[in-house]
Amino acid sequence: MNIQRVLALTKKELKKTIREPAVLFMIFLFPIVFVFAFGASFGGFGSGGSATYQVGVVNLESSGNQHWSLAFTDTLSNLTMFNMNVYTDNQTAQSDLSQGKIQAVIIIPASFSDSVTSYSNAPNNANQWVNTTIPLYLDKGSLVATQAIPPIMQQVLSSMLNQNQPALQSPIQLQTASLVEVKQSSAFDFMAPGMFTFASIFLIMMVAQSFTQDRENGMMKRIRISPTTPTEFMTSQVLSYIVIALIQAVLVFAMVYAMGFRPDVGILSYMFAFILVLVFSVSNVGFGLITATIAKSSSAATGLSFLFVLPQLFLGTFVGASLSGAAQIAGKFVPSYYVTDALTSLFLRGAPIASATILLDLATVSVSCVAILAVGIVLYGKYYKI
Amino acid sequence: MIEPAIKIEQLTKNYEDTVAVDNLTLQVEKGELFGLLGPNGAGKTTIINVLCGLIKPTSGKAKICGFDIQKDIQKVKGLIGVCIQETAIYPYLSGKENLELFGKLYNMNKKAIKERSNMLLEKMGLKDDAKRVTAKYSGGMKRRLSLSLALIHDPQIAFLDEPTVAMDPQSRHAVWDFIKEQKTNGKTVILTTHYMEEAEELCDRVGIIDHGKLIALGTPKELIAKNNVKNLEEVFIQLTGRNMREEL
Repeated sequence: MNIQRVLALTKKELKKTIREPAVLFMIFLFPIVFVFAFGASFGGFGSGGSATYQVGVVNLESSGNQHWSLAFTDTLSNLTMFNMNVYTDNQTAQSDLSQGKIQAVIIIPASFSDSVTSYSNAPNNANQWVNTTIPLYLDKGSLVATQAIPPIMQQVLSSMLNQNQPALQSPIQLQTASLVEVKQSSAFDFMAPGMFTFASIFLIMMVAQSFTQDRENGMMKRIRISPTTPTEFMTSQVLSYIVIALIQAVLVFAMVYAMGFRPDVGILSYMFAFILVLVFSVSNVGFGLITATIAKSSSAATGLSFLFVLPQLFLGTFVGASLSGAAQIAGKFVPSYYVTDALTSLFLRGAPIASATILLDLATVSVSCVAILAVGIVLYGKYYKI
Repeated sequence: MIEPAIKIEQLTKNYEDTVAVDNLTLQVEKGELFGLLGPNGAGKTTIINVLCGLIKPTSGKAKICGFDIQKDIQKVKGLIGVCIQETAIYPYLSGKENLELFGKLYNMNKKAIKERSNMLLEKMGLKDDAKRVTAKYSGGMKRRLSLSLALIHDPQIAFLDEPTVAMDPQSRHAVWDFIKEQKTNGKTVILTTHYMEEAEELCDRVGIIDHGKLIALGTPKELIAKNNVKNLEEVFIQLTGRNMREEL
């Protein structure tokens, strides 16, 4: 492979992005303006409907003294909105929480039954109560979970203590750990990871337009006449769009940061996030090539690119969180879903890079992106020589 | 023995039911300025596309400076320059940047690119506009730059597919002078054109193609004398039985 040719073509493609106003707007300005407008005006998602939440329970009571704690968890299990998962240790439960496998973890302390019993014996004498605090950890990557789970937990606890309403004084206090540990997350925080994914999706349209335009004006023919090999040409295209995706990611990050998004993660997590977005951009080059294969002209390419842009956008970015359950399942068939999921785990749930969920997301994104690019190259090469 | 610049043997190219090039045998010597004439759809561009590796022949063989166009296409690409019919230039790059890009694609070094670019821009009258993006060029300027791109790497053989179409008379004559200079420098030029006076003025020999077949071959003078007419245009009309096809 001749590096001089690859770099020359990459530089040419980048100049195009900077110098053509329509391309510049679509790739860089549109995502930034969108993030600003959406972030500034978005007030929060709608109600979650009849969703079911996975809740982890770690019972620290000794086996002979679990009467009230079992009654409490049984009551929670009977609620259709909770699916209870019993853990033997907090570490495993926290690990699953950080990877988005469960939406909450409740730690039942060793003194729970004693506390309930003391309250039953002297409901009006607080001096005789055994006070207990129940830590409740919530999925910081789910706006709905953080809003819906605590009041229901509190309601179950209150009814068990024979209180119609949460009492001002009660021996058992529910402590929502996520809200204690960090600042209250805004609706925009929950959307931010999806916005990184969102920006890159529009590369599909740009790639499709670029290839069809070069075909129309004879540039593809001119390139093919030169000693440039198909491998050199395709490498330059992928390289240039990876660079564009990197610039996009930096700009979008700067914008969401300016809008108040401050994930509590280290530099490695940021680097990983950028790498993930860059890998994802490869699939958009692939989808762009598939679109360019189908489209007969550059104007047709613009319209046809939405065949791939819209599913990726609605099923795999921040938009997907407010869609129906069926749509969310459908999202698992688009690469953007896994990018957003990994970024949510990383930024909002605080999952480590080496966690199973993030590595699985990375593997899925990498394999699917290479496969989509390969399909794009083969299809385009079959119908239009590169 | 000196290899001919181009050697075509029984070359045929079919498109489904259409025979675009029909059993063509032709040889062009090094340093020759050869005109390929024919009505629209006669097969001229197909011949050029086959010779520069854009399409594969259905049958037959062709060699460029001794290199087989199918087996040694990478070597062939380094030897040829092609000015295609389309005005193919990147509109968002300046004239200079277009030339630099293609110089790099032909693996030229920076110094060579600079020298050759300056020379071409000067000859084609584009020096003053070299740094302007080509989207702002006139049609004639774009055509001249397109021709320059084909010749940036100083190819041994230049295929010029209607290089002066849509040019004003001044531009056309400037291009003619440049084409003549190529010949003077020992380069081989294959020229397709609809302008018969252009072929008569420039070409050492011409081949007239119709329905993919070579129907006449010789110097302009030989063909005029043989057909007992006044000029090449009359030869063309006499042999093809019509004027340009789109004018029918």
